[in-house]
Amino acid sequence: MAAAIAETKGGPSRPSTYGSISRSRKRALVWSYFFLVLFAIFFLMPPIYMFITSLKTSQEISAATNPWWVFNPTLSNYVELLTSNQYLTFFKNSAIISIVVVTITMLVSVPAAFALARMKFWGSATLATGVFLTYLIPETLLFIPLFKTFAFVYEYTGIQLINNWWVLLVIYPTLTVPFCTWIMIGYFASIPKELDEAAIIDGASYFQTLTKIFIPVALPGIIAAMIFAFTVSWAQFLYPLAFTTSTDQLVLPVGIITTLIKGDVFNWGQIMTGALLGAAPPLIIYAFLMDYYIAGLTAGATKG
Amino acid sequence: MVDAATETVGIRAARHARPKPSIFKRKSTIAFLMALPLIVIILLLVLYPALYSVHLATLNKSMERFVGFGNFEFLFKRETFWMVVKQSCIFAVTAVLFKALIGFFVAHFVHAIPDKGQRKWRGMLLVPWVIPPAMSTLAWFWLFDPSYSAFNWLFALVGIDPVPWLGDPYWARFSVILVNVWYGAPFFMIMYLAALKSVPEQLYEAASIDGANWWQRLWYVTLPMMRNIISITVLFSLIVTFANFDIVRVLTAGGPIDQTHVFATWAFKLGIEGGDIPLGASVSLFMVPILGVAAIFILRDITKRGNEA
Repeated sequence: MAAAIAETKGGPSRPSTYGSISRSRKRALVWSYFFLVLFAIFFLMPPIYMFITSLKTSQEISAATNPWWVFNPTLSNYVELLTSNQYLTFFKNSAIISIVVVTITMLVSVPAAFALARMKFWGSATLATGVFLTYLIPETLLFIPLFKTFAFVYEYTGIQLINNWWVLLVIYPTLTVPFCTWIMIGYFASIPKELDEAAIIDGASYFQTLTKIFIPVALPGIIAAMIFAFTVSWAQFLYPLAFTTSTDQLVLPVGIITTLIKGDVFNWGQIMTGALLGAAPPLIIYAFLMDYYIAGLTAGATKG
Repeated sequence: MVDAATETVGIRAARHARPKPSIFKRKSTIAFLMALPLIVIILLLVLYPALYSVHLATLNKSMERFVGFGNFEFLFKRETFWMVVKQSCIFAVTAVLFKALIGFFVAHFVHAIPDKGQRKWRGMLLVPWVIPPAMSTLAWFWLFDPSYSAFNWLFALVGIDPVPWLGDPYWARFSVILVNVWYGAPFFMIMYLAALKSVPEQLYEAASIDGANWWQRLWYVTLPMMRNIISITVLFSLIVTFANFDIVRVLTAGGPIDQTHVFATWAFKLGIEGGDIPLGASVSLFMVPILGVAAIFILRDITKRGNEA
């Protein structure tokens, strides 16, 4: 397409010997497609192989046939998992946690971002930087002290936090709130000041300015932040692995790894089906809201 | 210029003077209240545990006695510890390097094709980043399976001996890095693609007119324009990769014979599974220096950009 345009732009009257630019451009295009196909194979191979394996029976998996082809496709793995109470419990736990965490994150980070972007108060600039630095503290540094803290809480108040799925509702916001606040600050800061000044002059309260002006105008940013919060809480693996153990309290990623892998017996058809179904919600959201997803991804580094 | 500056100062002064101080005070109070939940979360669930882990690291195994640097002395004497340090650094640096390189080239390839098809390719190539890493690592684990490895089956077709992907320490190190690169490269691709789009086309035209070849255009136009975004993504990724847990945990769980442990997985093994919480906390604290260095760089970048704006 671009090559064609370049050619017509170059003018048909020119002798063909001067066409080297468009020819080299065409060659570059061919090479680009070649490498893109190569990388697409590399990037998409694991999910595709997941899908291939999920359609196979155990007999076919252990037979020495071509592993990249399904000879007797079957949906039995899907049927078995979707009728198993255990798997549905994992799915339910994951879904409830992710949705509640997204809600909490939005309730915390949108007002905070509004306050930090528009209403300066003592220490607000430091706090904005602090929010960003918090995002850089990885969960792998915090899980051990949190584990110990929860044990203390149990000793003093009798509230058992460990091995309860709802404790994840308390910890997951630490992963989502800083980043969401950070990108919302960026989105709010890009709204022209005249807009909220006009609202304030018309007698709107700060709360009304936020709900009637900032949230509608920055809606794409909010959607991007929500997608981010959802994907992060859905994919989180370390905290549930450290803090939950009984099978009815597990979330999807941990559940699949700890229950479907039983000792040395690997039922790979089911494991792959479970993993694929577990990857489905983020993938579906991504498929429909790709532009918001990518906007959220790039906002962190470019909006700052 | 000077006039404009004095004018804005004048407006600002007038704005400050008009509302009564009580309203002004109330505004900051409201703002503080709006930010309060955020402050509570940061203080209680991030800052407090981070400091608490420093305290934990100075206790003995049953957490009754203060041992000072005893845990660190113990770690320094263990060979496994030094191996984990080495492996964490090799893992993070190699993985980030290849993620950045692959991301850079793939972004260029996507940028080179007609606009119409770019969306489709971009969408396809970002899939590894969207799948939860614990799930996709399971697929890799199955692809690396010792007896049913689909890679080894392909290798057998062309007469290559089966590769012990996760059984041999060196291959296992290669495999964890490969999976990490697979997972992270799309993120770099998206960031670099966004950066490429923001380079003005005129710069390339001017460079072409001056007779710059492909390499010179890349070196003197593209890279300087992308410098900011390259440095910030590399720093981000270095932090995340250095603190990686999911991939190593699912793929090798540190094995064979602890050869692929990174700080996070080893801390988990010692602290949660081994029950020695102070020792686990000490191990995880070794992630702090690199985080500190990266944070300083990023912070410098932010303040610099803040001044520009």
